[in-house]
Amino acid sequence: MNKVVGSSAEAVADIADGSTVMLGGFGLCGIPENLIGALVARGVKGLHTISNNMGVDGFGMGLMLEASMIASHVGSYVGENKLLEQLVIGGKLQVTLIPQGTLAERIRAGGAGIPAFYTPAGFGTVVAEGKETREFDAQNYVMERWLKADFALVKAWKGDRHGNLIYRKTARNFNPMMATAARITIAEVEELVEPGQLAPDSIMTPGVFVKRIVKGEKYARRIERRTVSRI
Amino acid sequence: MALKDTEKRELIVRRAARELRDGFYVNLGIGMPTLVANYVPAGMEVILQSENGMLGIGPFPMAGTEDADLINAGKETVTELPGTSFFSSADSFAMIRGGHIDLSILGAMEVDQEGNLANWMVPGKVVKGMGGAMDLVASARRVIVTMEHTTKTGESKLLKKCTLPITGLKVVDTVITELGFFRFKTEGLVLEELAPGVTLEQVRQFTAADLKIAQGVKTWQN
Repeated sequence: MNKVVGSSAEAVADIADGSTVMLGGFGLCGIPENLIGALVARGVKGLHTISNNMGVDGFGMGLMLEASMIASHVGSYVGENKLLEQLVIGGKLQVTLIPQGTLAERIRAGGAGIPAFYTPAGFGTVVAEGKETREFDAQNYVMERWLKADFALVKAWKGDRHGNLIYRKTARNFNPMMATAARITIAEVEELVEPGQLAPDSIMTPGVFVKRIVKGEKYARRIERRTVSRI
Repeated sequence: MALKDTEKRELIVRRAARELRDGFYVNLGIGMPTLVANYVPAGMEVILQSENGMLGIGPFPMAGTEDADLINAGKETVTELPGTSFFSSADSFAMIRGGHIDLSILGAMEVDQEGNLANWMVPGKVVKGMGGAMDLVASARRVIVTMEHTTKTGESKLLKKCTLPITGLKVVDTVITELGFFRFKTEGLVLEELAPGVTLEQVRQFTAADLKIAQGVKTWQN
């Protein structure tokens, strides 16, 4: 059992034009920055991406936008990216915005084999338009479908050659669900360790969900909003 | 009533903080609601939830100790506290959707007399997304809106009917503005308290929504 690949470039080598790709992260926190870099270097086109945000100008998924790699995107908030506004206004990019909890649960459902579920989020809003709604115990709910992808690119803190993963602090976010919801999950980690070095009780993503694991070449660990205390 | 914006915000936020209770799990929205954390009454323990996957948000870090892996839902660097926990976005919204969050405090562009809330689409601007707002307002046990009473051009933000696309249908429990403290009851939107120095006539003048006045309405003391 050895899922380790030698480089980020090798890890993403078979991602074809037009693939559906999930990318972990919240803002710039916990994004697969090396795998994104490798995808941009390959110049893949027409991707359908699923990610909570879309990076910022010049970093994260912002680099994919600048390279015109994305045809459509599903996320919950895309407010940090000026280029994105221009692409949407110009009709070059189709963006679907959905509630963040619905996004998380649709991905979880995709990985767990649950084709649809009901949520109260968005009932009576534009989000519910065209969707089945139903009343349970005197409350209204919207039916939402699962989300799956061809590839999931996730970022973890530590991993082993089995694909077992541990995330760090709020860099966990969407990564664990995405790891379960794609045909091929590729994990990049800061530290690649030997099997047995991760305590079995602490493993957050069991290796079964991960097809490839790579040690990220370089981490910028960019902070989007640096806020500090004065005293 | 010639309060500066910062004074208005402090007035609103301090009143909102009085709705906290010991042991509450609370989600604070980006902007003015975040400031509520500065006014948690002494001796009270309130756990702040951040929908990106954290319970127990601490203050901003000291310069030089910022951690790129430790941010709040506004993408600002924060710190841990003793008892902090981290979890996935799915678990985070399970605790929200499952009704485990006692209180959600967030801002609004419009609230109408039915308790409908609009706070995610700005007219004439590219839509940025609702983030976690729709999930929070649909499922938190109590939703408090903190907002300035009027727009920059002086129009009431408490309306008969929302004009902007809504975030949630009949979801608001309480609205706190620099003019008053309002609650949605079975009989409608009720003014329960006046802000310091504000008269009933002023509230009426700047409120477009149909308004009931609670019996013996008093002025709150911050």
